[in-house]
Amino acid sequence: MSTQPLRDLLEHAFPDATELDVVDRTGGGDHFQVVVASPSLSGLSLVEQHRRVYEALAAPLADGTIHELRIKTKGTA
Amino acid sequence: MSYSDKIKDVIGDADVALFMKGTPQFVMCGNSDRALAALRRAGAPVTAVDILPDPQIRQELSQISGWPTIPQVFVKGELVGGADIVEELEASGELEQTLRAKLGDDYASSRSERTVTLA
Repeated sequence: MSTQPLRDLLEHAFPDATELDVVDRTGGGDHFQVVVASPSLSGLSLVEQHRRVYEALAAPLADGTIHELRIKTKGTA
Repeated sequence: MSYSDKIKDVIGDADVALFMKGTPQFVMCGNSDRALAALRRAGAPVTAVDILPDPQIRQELSQISGWPTIPQVFVKGELVGGADIVEELEASGELEQTLRAKLGDDYASSRSERTVTLA
């Protein structure tokens, strides 16, 4: 799949994101790197931050569309 | 059969539990390799569990942890995260701090690494 559907899901989950990026790491449409910086993540542990991303991408994770996911998150003021 | 009790035992008993694809001797996934390498750099006494022998293991692990991907790292029963978080914490020095706080200052002295088989 292209990166756009994942970007849409993340933008929906993090409407106030100050940084949001989805990269297809291998060009194969199933290994992705996502970057999310958002005030809604600030004050949360990395585990909780990544959980929010997993929740946003639950559907493509569950159906196998995402084979591998790398996550970089940041809570911003 | 159910693996939940065995999984909970490992999480509860091991100082550092790493649920991975493959074993430390024969890693079957890049992310598992990244997590293992970061733990080794920090000198963590790793108890590794291969989740590949039965898909049920991964399913039950994710139900217990609420974490959808592999690898998963636990320190003293608490989920630390997957490969990205463990690498990030190792790079910032926080992984070593956490290990020191939870396992004691001499946590790296044993340098032990073992593999547990569930299936």
